[in-house]
Amino acid sequence: MLTTQLDPLAASLFSLMAIASLVLAFVMLGSRWLNNYLYAFALESWIIAALSASVAYYGGYPELYLIAFLTALFRGLVLPFLIWRIMRRLDVSRELHEILQPSSALVVGALGVVFALVVAYHIGDSMGLASRVAVLALTVMLSMKLIGFLMLAVRREALSQILGLLVLENGIFLGAQILIPGMPLLIEIVILFDLLIIVACFGVLIQYLVANVGSTSSRDLKRLVG
Amino acid sequence: MAGALLLTLMLAPAVAALGCIVFRQARIAEWLNLGAASVSFAAAIPLTMLSAGGPRHYWANYIVVDMLGAWVALCGAIVYLLASIYAVGYMRLLGEDEKLWGFYALFALFALTIFACVVMNDAGLYWIAVELTTLVSTFLVGFERAAESIEAAWKYIIIVSAGISLALLGTVLFYWSGSFVLGPTYQMTWDVLREAAPRMNPQLVTLSFLLVLVGYGTKVGLAPMHTWLPDAHSESPAPISAMLSGALLNAAMLGIVRYLAIVDSAGVGPLTRTTLVAFGIASLLVGTLFIVRQNGVKRLMAYSSVEHMGVIALGFGFGGPLGVIGALYHMLNHSLNKSLMFFGAGNIMRSLGSKDISSLRGVWIRFPVQGALWLAGAVAITGAPPFGLFLSELVILRAGLTQSFAWAVYITLVLLIVIFVGFLNHFRVMYFEPEEKQSAAPVSAWCVAPMWLSLIPLLILGLWWPHAIWDHLTAIARVLSGAGS
Repeated sequence: MLTTQLDPLAASLFSLMAIASLVLAFVMLGSRWLNNYLYAFALESWIIAALSASVAYYGGYPELYLIAFLTALFRGLVLPFLIWRIMRRLDVSRELHEILQPSSALVVGALGVVFALVVAYHIGDSMGLASRVAVLALTVMLSMKLIGFLMLAVRREALSQILGLLVLENGIFLGAQILIPGMPLLIEIVILFDLLIIVACFGVLIQYLVANVGSTSSRDLKRLVG
Repeated sequence: MAGALLLTLMLAPAVAALGCIVFRQARIAEWLNLGAASVSFAAAIPLTMLSAGGPRHYWANYIVVDMLGAWVALCGAIVYLLASIYAVGYMRLLGEDEKLWGFYALFALFALTIFACVVMNDAGLYWIAVELTTLVSTFLVGFERAAESIEAAWKYIIIVSAGISLALLGTVLFYWSGSFVLGPTYQMTWDVLREAAPRMNPQLVTLSFLLVLVGYGTKVGLAPMHTWLPDAHSESPAPISAMLSGALLNAAMLGIVRYLAIVDSAGVGPLTRTTLVAFGIASLLVGTLFIVRQNGVKRLMAYSSVEHMGVIALGFGFGGPLGVIGALYHMLNHSLNKSLMFFGAGNIMRSLGSKDISSLRGVWIRFPVQGALWLAGAVAITGAPPFGLFLSELVILRAGLTQSFAWAVYITLVLLIVIFVGFLNHFRVMYFEPEEKQSAAPVSAWCVAPMWLSLIPLLILGLWWPHAIWDHLTAIARVLSGAGS
């Protein structure tokens, strides 16, 4: 197990990066400008790539260097670029009708983190995990999951919803780097590619939304009820 | 032999999709897709029979043909064939010939991704295959490009992707709990997980399973994660509705069943099964409430799918040989019957030009033959004898009575009766209320033939449960309970 035999420097480095991504998730939650979401997401992806690389270095998993490179390339460059292109075409720069004010969303997000912490500690206790890094990774993973769902729930713009989904996936990916660095390479690469296809599909769908519904806000998607 | 059959099953739709893209001709695409569906169906039958000889592994263990998977593949292949026949007639009515090649290419790819789900032996790859089904079918749901279909497609992809990311989290946590037993790197096949499960941490396994259940449950359409289902099923073209309902939902249910076998062998207690049963009851309840007060004819069928997925979830949740046998038989019957219902609904909607029950009148007088077929299907889908669903529901309920889930059985019985009354009341209105002046366009034989092809087997399966099928399903139940492989 990687997480049982870490030297203190590596442990604090991992913790720092995990917490930095969590803070970036809060940045996304607390802003209503789509630009900020995008930059926060790209930065978060780069941090995850750095995390992969440092896990590769300290844990002795050379194949993770490849994952780090692909993460930086796909999540850090290609995905933000695709989303930036959609954003420019749509001419939407901010969230207009969020259900929850960003400030209230931050509070709810914080509650989510507390909940995730309780669950992670509970699991950690029952497994007798010596390492705090694993518990922290689990906490961050679950918190980013909850924050992603919160973003999906309180935001109406199509682009915010895509970014909410990507935060969900980032959380899992981040946790996976620390908890299961030995996960087969094939799976990780396929999941990365899969993400790319998802965003491409979203891009096409958004065009349809604009052409056929005339809006990219889910406020206007209310024809189908009952 | 089984390898060649598997290859045929997968290659046929792949080749058809490629052919559609190359030729870009509506008529050629139609026939290519129909041919692929027939070939897949012809391969799925012997594959199911061969699978009884034990699981076979291919491609470094990434692919498996086992009895459970082959059975779900067979259900999928049946629906694919029926829907392909139906699509020939139905899609011509839309009058969008120049776009049809794209439709058929996606259609064949959709079938391919469903077959891919079924044979994946690695929990991670299974997740990816399920995700791919979503991506392909989104564009099929939105094919008609009306504001409603795009809305349905958008809801579908957002809700299902978000739901299924929970399944990914569950998969990662399963891998993590396995890594304490098997070391940091191992191949996450169903069998490996199952053998390691007794030594995993029970709390972590429970958490992982619940995440997986909610994740794949979203895709199956279990309430309360079902919200995408009525929209997607009602707004897509009728052949796609049939594929979504009869093939896709089963393929997602397969994941839940495989994980259920893993947590069973981990011995984590009754919480997991109780949760599955609770989801089943919730789906039945939601299905009932929305069926009774429904005005969209295809939405009626969609909520009926929620209901039947609930029944199947109950079967697997009750467990035991009878529960599994009933649930698997119910999968087959539901695939046949729901195809019939969507075909009928599509025909009537196209001919009378409305999708509201309140404006469809005089169905029987206008369409004596297909009206009768559709009505027989409606009787069957509510679980009345002499059709297959009656038998499978009876077996599932019987399975519940023998164990600690009697409360669920009584609730189910009440809800099924309410559904019977509510569902057939809509048909009474459509068939026997005095008709208004409406012009009815005729539908082609392509649209009626598959209704016969699904009703007749359904009737046979209701009158006579073949021994071969019973033995096959018993063997699957034995493997799932861990008694032998």
